[in-house]
Amino acid sequence: MLSVLKNRFEQGYRTNRYPEEKVKVFPRYRGRPVIQDNISEETLKTCAESCPQDAIDVQNQKIDIGRCVFCGTCENISNGQIKFTNDYEIATAERADLITSGDLPALAEHAKQHFKKLFGRSLQLRQVSAAGCNACEADLNVLATPFFDLARFGINFVASPRHADGIVVTGPISRNMKTALLQTYEATPTPKVVIAVGSCTISGGPFIGSPEITEGLDKILPVDLFIPGCPPHPMTNLHALLSFFK
Amino acid sequence: MSNAFLQISNAEKISREAIPHLSFDQFQSQALDMVTNGGKIVHYFAYPDKESLKLLAVLRTDKLFVAGCDVPDVYPSLTKTCEPFHLFEREIAEQFGIRPQGHPWLKMVRYHPNYTEGAADVFGNDYSQDIPGNYPYYQVAGEEIHEVAVGPVHAGVIEPGHFRFNCIGERVLHLEIQLGYQHRGIEKQLLAVPAKRLPIIGENIAGDTTIGHSLCMAQNLEALTGVQTDQGARVIRTIALELERLANHIGDLGALSGDVAFLPPANYFGRIRGDFLNLSLLICGNRFGKGLVRPGGVRFSLSDDIRKVLNERLAELRPEVTHVLELLFNAVTVRARFEGCGAVSHEDADHLGLVGPAGRASGMAYDVRRCFPTEHYPYMGIPENKKATGDVYARARVRYDEILQSLQIVESLAAIPVETRCVSEGMTYDLPASSFSVALNEAWRGEVSHAVLTDENGKILRYKIKDPSFHNWNGLAMSLRDTGISDFPLNNKSFNLSYCGFDL
Ligand code: SF4
Ligand code: SF4
Repeated sequence: MLSVLKNRFEQGYRTNRYPEEKVKVFPRYRGRPVIQDNISEETLKTCAESCPQDAIDVQNQKIDIGRCVFCGTCENISNGQIKFTNDYEIATAERADLITSGDLPALAEHAKQHFKKLFGRSLQLRQVSAAGCNACEADLNVLATPFFDLARFGINFVASPRHADGIVVTGPISRNMKTALLQTYEATPTPKVVIAVGSCTISGGPFIGSPEITEGLDKILPVDLFIPGCPPHPMTNLHALLSFFK
Repeated sequence: MSNAFLQISNAEKISREAIPHLSFDQFQSQALDMVTNGGKIVHYFAYPDKESLKLLAVLRTDKLFVAGCDVPDVYPSLTKTCEPFHLFEREIAEQFGIRPQGHPWLKMVRYHPNYTEGAADVFGNDYSQDIPGNYPYYQVAGEEIHEVAVGPVHAGVIEPGHFRFNCIGERVLHLEIQLGYQHRGIEKQLLAVPAKRLPIIGENIAGDTTIGHSLCMAQNLEALTGVQTDQGARVIRTIALELERLANHIGDLGALSGDVAFLPPANYFGRIRGDFLNLSLLICGNRFGKGLVRPGGVRFSLSDDIRKVLNERLAELRPEVTHVLELLFNAVTVRARFEGCGAVSHEDADHLGLVGPAGRASGMAYDVRRCFPTEHYPYMGIPENKKATGDVYARARVRYDEILQSLQIVESLAAIPVETRCVSEGMTYDLPASSFSVALNEAWRGEVSHAVLTDENGKILRYKIKDPSFHNWNGLAMSLRDTGISDFPLNNKSFNLSYCGFDL
């Protein structure tokens, strides 16, 4: 018993104060990218050629952060003319908004107001893991740990779609998981939300082009919220859920 | 042991001509001989070479060996006499449509059409239909026998898989595990993508083993191209691999405490795991180490200010980790639940070829860091760390010991300044023609390994990936025999195997 108390004392209170206080991440973290206006076409072209995800649109000077895996290659070779900021608040309500040169619409305004009314006080989510690398799941799971403590906002992950208000999908949806995903969606009572987490789910991510996967959840289900990243930082997830539903 | 196999080294380029090409019979009998004498299979796979199909095996004793042969259309299964070939033969049947005759339990591994154009499907499947679950599972008959089926979508935020328990009352007679739901077609995809995509796919085979898998890929490509990494890069990669081990082992112990309803350590470990993930982010900008390891070295150096923060954090974390470990392992209630639960005997573990902590818990001392060291490991003493009891307690205890060891490794490596030249971007790899390389590393779950073969134009002909889970899933099934079904979560977490790493 004494050791339980001693540990409790040592651990202290660790829950973050987000959204009142921003959580700081280490400087090397790669959040929202910004392309400088004056970037030369040549530099941008080199970046586009080196981008493993073919996520850079040279003509319109934009990056598709639904395809990007935030590897930072373009940042390195552009000498900072493409810069990955520390901003982790990067989710959107529209797929098209993820194609950006740096600006993203404020999610809170863009969020569907009726969802706030419906789910603002209590939101129960069923997660479907569909063929990613499991890092997206891992960084959703940590939302239940004391530091993030998602439950304090009335948001929980539940074990059955019947108890859920929506589904959170991760992974590029393999051929072998498609049926199970659609059945889970069907089993969730309406009205319901669909949340796509991670580059895999949004576009196929690192596995784009494989015949075994789907190229984007929005091709098979209506998606309400897109949370990009590979994986999205837990703070990206937290920000997305809070601004969209609270 | 005299044999026709060629002895090779870890992550070494050899010309394909140097690989002994045996007759099928000689290949089979030699491989069987080595495995029945305690050798283990690292890789055993098929690949197309011009018009013909070939087999290749990489085996290990205290050394590594390789040999190959042509594949006949059908061949007698080795599994009948030697179980360790079981899953490999199934995989070859599924990937290339070759039937191992007399295989005792020939079923699909990942539910995909085979890679050989025109070859009939060994399982008679129509892949335009939904296949998963459409399969006659192993059955036990008798009054009071019942089946419990879970998945593919599990109750938590975890990967999909399907488990069938054959039970009599509470007691589990047998657990059948069907995976494949996470199959993305990675091995096949790697043959077709441009070089710039290789590291991205490699580091996303299994996110919790990002460093383990990306190291294997990088080491093979380095061996093949002859690119040398510098000392600094080797130190940083070693730190990264140990941070990965720390985060996952700590997470596992937290999950185990949660499963026996001892919540303080569950919560503390849950949080501390995040602290270690954040140390990976500190180094390379990603919590899982994505973007760090690249062929030729690393993309981020350990600058002095990063090293300072790293050292400070480690100093803060050490006492916390130690105290929570003590809290968990000194609780008699926890020990009562862990001890004797889900024991896998040394004999079974040896037979199944269990690797990593699951193997060490059952007395298998094998650790790639000690047996076939790469990176900075040749300069370190890695202790044997094996346990005798093979139960949940032993699997947890291996984690305990390894957490303290890894902590010490990272502390000592982070204490000395290292310089490295970060690798340039937009690398293209001109691979040599007709070559072969195999790389092994001790990831946190055990031996992870990639093998690469190139054709006469230097194109990748076959890319074979093996996650440690490929060996260990059967260990989980064994641990469940004759236990209460309510012990499943505890056993499952004590193994904590990869679905995506297996499914590929
Ligand atoms: S950071 Fe994104 S856009 Fe830049 S190279 Fe990597 S994947 Fe492409
Ligand atoms: S988006 Fe990236 S991190 Fe998430 S599952 Fe896919 S590969 Fe893994």
